[in-house]
Amino acid sequence: MDITLTLIGQSIAMLVFVLFCMKYIWPPMMQALEERRTTIADGLAAGERAQADLQKAQAEADTIVAEARGKALEIVDQANKRGTSLVEEARNDGKRERERQVEAAHVEIGQERNRVREELRGQVSAIAIASAEKILTREIDSSAHQDILSKLASEL
Amino acid sequence: MAAAEHGTQTTGEYIVHHLQNLQVCRVEGEWVWNHCAGNFWTINVDSMFFSIVLGLLFVGLFWRVARNATSGVPSRFQAAIETIFEFIDSSVKDTFHAKSDVIAPLALTIFVWVFFMNLMDLIPVDWLPLAAQKVGVPYLKVVPTTDVNVTFGMSIAVFLLIIIYTVRAKGVIGFIGELTLHPIAPPTKGLGLLAAPFIIAFNFILESVALLAKPLSLSLRLFGNMFAGELIFILIALLGIWQLPLHFGWAVFHILIVTLQAFIFMMLTVVYLALAVEEH
Repeated sequence: MDITLTLIGQSIAMLVFVLFCMKYIWPPMMQALEERRTTIADGLAAGERAQADLQKAQAEADTIVAEARGKALEIVDQANKRGTSLVEEARNDGKRERERQVEAAHVEIGQERNRVREELRGQVSAIAIASAEKILTREIDSSAHQDILSKLASEL
Repeated sequence: MAAAEHGTQTTGEYIVHHLQNLQVCRVEGEWVWNHCAGNFWTINVDSMFFSIVLGLLFVGLFWRVARNATSGVPSRFQAAIETIFEFIDSSVKDTFHAKSDVIAPLALTIFVWVFFMNLMDLIPVDWLPLAAQKVGVPYLKVVPTTDVNVTFGMSIAVFLLIIIYTVRAKGVIGFIGELTLHPIAPPTKGLGLLAAPFIIAFNFILESVALLAKPLSLSLRLFGNMFAGELIFILIALLGIWQLPLHFGWAVFHILIVTLQAFIFMMLTVVYLALAVEEH
């Protein structure tokens, strides 16, 4: 338990170890730790930045999608409107065409009827005259009763 | 390993034998082994051997890691060592606010080295001494920190650093002022001047005791704890079969002491040096 030379030996050993640690152990280790700290800090910052960018891009994409959706709706609307208008137009066209044709048919039918009537009239008058002739050849001559017969034919 | 097993040794002899350093000393121009009581020119060979081996172990281990240290993904071992670095670094930064390249490595060296030396306490007390006896070494004390010379050697180095730092931060005048002008400020005018020398003398006595108490308490705290712990291990080793549970219990408790004492020694060193640098 005496105080001996060991004490000085230990002091020297300690100084040597401390100096060694100071020169060769502490600085490189601390440097490595510091470097890692900056790397991590940079990484975190980059991550945060990326997150912000992502959010911004997301928002942008959202607005673009919304815009596109609006435009699409508009287009569909327009198409619908145009479709209905086309249909309407076609229907109107059809109606007009039909009316025109019906009109034409009416006209044709009228002409036909007139023509047939004229013909019939001629024929009836001819028949009437023929029958009257037959009767009259027996009773009277046809010229005496011509006016009565033609009056009769025009009344048919 | 009870007393009975030692046959020729009594309990007292067993204990004394375990507490005896392997010594070599200079007597009349010759190196003499183990007859060195009261001779200052003595080397405690076992203390020096283990302390230097453990110091080299610390230096080698940490140097290898530091040299290969990568700032990328660390190996598990590097991560473990880094934890110690970070721990020391934050402890030092919390306490020592001035800038210094010495304090942190000093604290690291003290902490790990003292921790290793204390850790030798957990090797069962008979293993290394008995092995040494087999190869002809009569005494072997394996825990360097149970040698007061070792703890004193370190605390004296710390003491020198305290003085160097005080002088560097405050100058020689400041250092002398620190020793003489506190805690009672001497009067500077009037009749009080007559009393000034006495007050200065009083301050000086008080402050030098306080200054000397720092290394003394630092070394004796560590020495006392480790010596007492070692003594209890030796006493437990005398108990025959009952030593097994007792030894286990005391060893578990000692893990705490080993770490705590290393930490206290490191922390107090940093605190003392911080006090040396800072203004009061």
